[in-house]
Amino acid sequence: MQMLSFLDTFTAFPLAELEVGKHFYWEIGNLKLHGQVFITSWIVIAILLTASVLATRNIQRVPQGIQNVMEYALEFVRDIAKNQLGEKEYRPWLPFIGTLFLFIFVSNWSGALIPWRLIELPEGELAAPTSDINTTVALALLTSLAYFYAGFSKRGLGYFSKYVEPTPILLPIAILEDFTKPLSLSFRLFGNILADELVVAVLVLLVPLFVPIPVMLLGLFTSAIQALVFATLAGAYIHEAVEGHGGEEHEAH
Amino acid sequence: MNPTIAAASVIAAALAIGLAAIGPGIGQGNASGSAVEGIARQPEAEGKIRGTLLLTLAFMESLTIYGLVIALVLLFANPFA
Repeated sequence: MQMLSFLDTFTAFPLAELEVGKHFYWEIGNLKLHGQVFITSWIVIAILLTASVLATRNIQRVPQGIQNVMEYALEFVRDIAKNQLGEKEYRPWLPFIGTLFLFIFVSNWSGALIPWRLIELPEGELAAPTSDINTTVALALLTSLAYFYAGFSKRGLGYFSKYVEPTPILLPIAILEDFTKPLSLSFRLFGNILADELVVAVLVLLVPLFVPIPVMLLGLFTSAIQALVFATLAGAYIHEAVEGHGGEEHEAH
Repeated sequence: MNPTIAAASVIAAALAIGLAAIGPGIGQGNASGSAVEGIARQPEAEGKIRGTLLLTLAFMESLTIYGLVIALVLLFANPFA
């Protein structure tokens, strides 16, 4: 942190502070929680809940307004799940993949669109929940659990035959793959979102007006793509676990 | 922080992100080139090609992002500081 202390001289622009690695700690028992992440995630959850309640409160045969938007969102996540899992298998996994996509998407965009810096915290700053590695690791581990559960419930103990299936020589690599999947999922999302926010913050430090706008738009685009990538990969991993063989075309990311 | 460690960390962070940008740069160039070729040959497939291309580019980009994560760890959460 001391390395970037020269940035403190730029505090003339209070909206453009860089506070990586500082957190607003909540202490519950022996645990130290990153409070800013909880606050922003709760706001994101509240946005999603309000949108879905408003959309379903008064359902029309011909959708209008927010119902239209939410129907579009539902069709979008359904297409993601259907493309990855296939027509027959996708339905039970649609809520999981859809929740992942919507939560990550709204989180990423909230970091760019909601002016969090206007809210003062004693320490640290509010930002997109996905720019904290704990959030992304939690989502990636949930994905791991989901595909283990999918494979185990579908194929029973036969699921574990995939570790020795072509040849037992590849057993270490097959086990290693189970660790690299959540690692790459979480690092990809975390790195992209944090990089977006850092680039925007540095540019705002240098030129406060107008110049950062194209980069902000690019950030919106990449964060939407990252939400899509996370949901797609979760679907691909679950499909691979359910199907056993033939999941190779989704491999090697 | 020990000045040697600080200097080494900064150089390591620069190398991490710089070297990690080379491979994905070449890969993204190849992929985009092939996509443009595909669109020129078969303009009606543009939508499908573009969707696949964007997803693939995001995957390649994540390789650079891994380097960036290492660089950020070295700068902000250096375990040797």
